[in-house]
Amino acid sequence: MKSAYLDHAATTPMLPEAIEAMTAQLGQVGNASSLHAAGRRTRQVVEESRETIAAALGARPSEVVFTAGGTEADNLAIKGLYWARRAGGADRILISAVEHHAALDPAHWLGDHQGATVELLDVDEFGRVHPQTLREAIERDPGSVALASVMWANNEVGTVQPVHALAEVAREYGVPFHTDAVQAVGQIPVVFADSGIDALTLSGHKVGGPMGVGALLLARGVDPVPVLHGGGQERDVRSGTLDAPAIAGFATAVRTAVARQAETSTRLAALRDDLIRRVREAVPDVILNGDPVNRLPGNAHFSFPGCEGDALLMLLDAKGVECSTGSACSAGVAQPSHVLLAMGADGFRARGSLRFSLGHTSTEAEVDRLAEIIGLAVERARRAGLS
Amino acid sequence: MSGGVDSAVAAARIAEAGHDVTGVHLALSANPQSYRTGARGCCTVEDSRDARRAADVIGIPFYVWDMAERFHRDVVEDFVSEYAAGRTPNPCLRCNEKIKFEAVLDRALALGFDAVATGHHARVTDGVLSRSPDAGKDQSYVLGVLTREQLGHAIFPLGDSTKAQVREEAARRGLMVADKPDSHDICFIADGDTRGFLADRLGTAPGPIVDESGEVVGGHEGAYGFTVGQRKGLRIDRPAPDGRPRYVLSIEPVSNTVTIGPRSSLAVSEIVAERPVWNGPTGEPREPLACTVQLRAHGEVYGCRARLSGGEVHITLDAPATGVAAGQAAVLYLGDTVIGSATIASAS
Repeated sequence: MKSAYLDHAATTPMLPEAIEAMTAQLGQVGNASSLHAAGRRTRQVVEESRETIAAALGARPSEVVFTAGGTEADNLAIKGLYWARRAGGADRILISAVEHHAALDPAHWLGDHQGATVELLDVDEFGRVHPQTLREAIERDPGSVALASVMWANNEVGTVQPVHALAEVAREYGVPFHTDAVQAVGQIPVVFADSGIDALTLSGHKVGGPMGVGALLLARGVDPVPVLHGGGQERDVRSGTLDAPAIAGFATAVRTAVARQAETSTRLAALRDDLIRRVREAVPDVILNGDPVNRLPGNAHFSFPGCEGDALLMLLDAKGVECSTGSACSAGVAQPSHVLLAMGADGFRARGSLRFSLGHTSTEAEVDRLAEIIGLAVERARRAGLS
Repeated sequence: MSGGVDSAVAAARIAEAGHDVTGVHLALSANPQSYRTGARGCCTVEDSRDARRAADVIGIPFYVWDMAERFHRDVVEDFVSEYAAGRTPNPCLRCNEKIKFEAVLDRALALGFDAVATGHHARVTDGVLSRSPDAGKDQSYVLGVLTREQLGHAIFPLGDSTKAQVREEAARRGLMVADKPDSHDICFIADGDTRGFLADRLGTAPGPIVDESGEVVGGHEGAYGFTVGQRKGLRIDRPAPDGRPRYVLSIEPVSNTVTIGPRSSLAVSEIVAERPVWNGPTGEPREPLACTVQLRAHGEVYGCRARLSGGEVHITLDAPATGVAAGQAAVLYLGDTVIGSATIASAS
């Protein structure tokens, strides 16, 4: 039995092009900060990668700051911008209630330990932040806003945010705007230039690159206080020896995924719509969460009434279908999703949710596999009930 | 899978025997502690990680089931209210009865599993429970409350092994938990301070400590802090007239009185126990049945005659026992085989 991997939003297989680019560097010596020939050779790899990513996302090479992944980029943007702006007396962080924990938790940490006032931006039933919500939050005291952060697309329910309109509102008031675009890059068009976005997070392994590498796009003139201090690499914003092999694989993945984005999205959206239709056939009372129209092409997120998401996941896993509850864990104990709760779902709907996410290797056969077993799995999970 | 050595080896054995096994760790605390505090506790983040690592080494799926609410209601609250009523509960026994072989078993059966296997040191053969060959580790007492139905879905893969054999096997299988210390204390009282735990929940309730004649010889901060047979921590100023140690004889929750006296007054030979479960091969003893009885975990075994009458079990001991506390289970055996159990209501 071949398993069906329906969890590309957690991580997606590396693209062969990216594996080739990365492995080509693994045997090489050289620190990109060194002055000798080996250093120059490595620096060449890093800088070409920087240019590749910049070109793919409509940014300038100098705007690409490499990090060790999406979480670090989010931390750098939120903590760094807060610290930079606090000097001028701004202490309010406006952040959407549906952010990934990599963005939400740094904000709450700043609130708990660094004097920040964290204000969560409400979302509608589809998980969207309305530009008017941001405007009202800023207007309560425009001078005191340190930054605003709203993700480009939601990792759980797949809702695509109106980031351009939100960034426009922030720009009107001179508020730095950060967006976590980890799920968006490669799935929908992402262009940094002229977007009004000051900082944008992306991650290697979500686009077919390696794990452990990511980047923060930082517009010119936006200077967060560093989180990591050391050798002064990356505009002195992010110290640490650059991981040249990972960066080479990352850049190749971004270039490839962005070049194929239109084609991939069309294919995935059709496959995803088929998945939704067939799950509905098997489980008529299933609820599709997230924006029915403005959503990531590879995302299908459901609530199965009367089921516990964990139990359903276990039953599907036992039959070779891999998906996610998309909820945070502490000691492995599932908590109701903060995203669904923010969207107004009750605790039962939040606990009975599962995310299926498609990516570049997804096939119809995998959707067939899910469609074959979801009905029986839901029936069993319902019998086990909500403990 | 608690994260300890027993459940890890138990899982490895049944997986190797060809069963389709899924590892489950029970989250029993709503606020798991981040750091291991000594050897005790089954609710820490580290234990959950140890259990998951063991499952990965064995090569079975692993999930955490959140049983915190059920555990709090059926074990922790029961523990507190039993003490408040002057009885001495056994929470491990209650956990087996209500969590592992009720909440977990029911859920497992609904999800399509056939049985729950645990790392208990006891045997179950054709649904009949009996002692482990490792007398020091035998856990048949804390399983003695299970019904036939529950035992019918129970598998104890360590039933024929000693603890030493289990540790040796864990090391051979590359399970990192091989040297993990045994847990001894009540898992939800991490610091081991049962009296403090109860005081936090029941408040202080000062009352008298009296001797057998009714004379007040001291005071206490809450009768729930005492157990029948207890000698230490009575904090009596005056020594007994005969200079001998004194023991808690009884706890009267309504008058909040603790009665103490000499060891000789502690001896009982007639026990009445309620809510019996007949899970063994003999069925209900309508006529007096010569058997043995164990009256607390790791306690002595007494020869006795047991008889069911009016829904209660009347147990006459061949020789007097001391420290028999209401609330504990009386588990009846024929040789090494469990025939039933009931909760001690009174003793004289």
